[in-house]
Amino acid sequence: MKLFIFRNCREVTELVLGAFDRRLGPVERLALRIHMKICAACPKFSRQAALMRQALPRWRAYRDGT
Amino acid sequence: MLTLIAVSTLQPMTDFAQVVQTLRPQLLRFAHAQLRNEAWAEDAVSDTVLAALAKPQAFAGQSQLKTWLVGILKHKLVDQIRRHSREVSATTSEDEEDIDGLLFDQTGHWRESPAEWGDPEAACGRREFFEVLEICVENLPGVQGRVFMMREWLELDSAEICKELGITATNLWVLLHRARLRLQGCLQERWFGRANAVT
Repeated sequence: MKLFIFRNCREVTELVLGAFDRRLGPVERLALRIHMKICAACPKFSRQAALMRQALPRWRAYRDGT
Repeated sequence: MLTLIAVSTLQPMTDFAQVVQTLRPQLLRFAHAQLRNEAWAEDAVSDTVLAALAKPQAFAGQSQLKTWLVGILKHKLVDQIRRHSREVSATTSEDEEDIDGLLFDQTGHWRESPAEWGDPEAACGRREFFEVLEICVENLPGVQGRVFMMREWLELDSAEICKELGITATNLWVLLHRARLRLQGCLQERWFGRANAVT
């Protein structure tokens, strides 16, 4: 059986972005944390995603004139 | 500015209608970005203008006129999405494209490492950044663009989107995942990868 707490970058980006739209399960959250400690690229992707998350409400405000 | 003040102090209907009319092109652009269909966008905007003109007193000058109209428009857009749900959720080949395959190799590793985007405030403080983001959203493939806008602009939750479009949650997550990946790629290309991001 595949060790489910080890995911590759492709699977991890799915979790990073998935967290925008659904609640991740405990195993998914653990897998994410482990991967972030051993990968140089995915933390950067995760920071990009965090920037997007901050920018989107402001994009709404920019559009809607609020 | 003078006209807006006049509106908020309940001037005759005709003035109000005129000001509403000047905002129509912008409403149409928003409607089109959401629906990706000229005819439905026209219908949604007409419904919005009619609703606004029927009840000018509902706009008590408590907010900007544009904000008030966009609020009405959002409801009318959901009506259109409901009416045309089957076509709204009909994916194109561009929607189906495996964007992950372009970014990752067979073993699931990045072909090219993502870049450091720096301080979020530096980007979010720039009006031009949101103009670029707007273009990137408009460039999303049909269904990805619609569901992304439903989620992030209309602020519907996943369950509502699935219900309106008659798609499964897994389906929706795949669409949103691809939309978000594309957006990050587009921002890299059009903003963060360019000098204007730091100046």
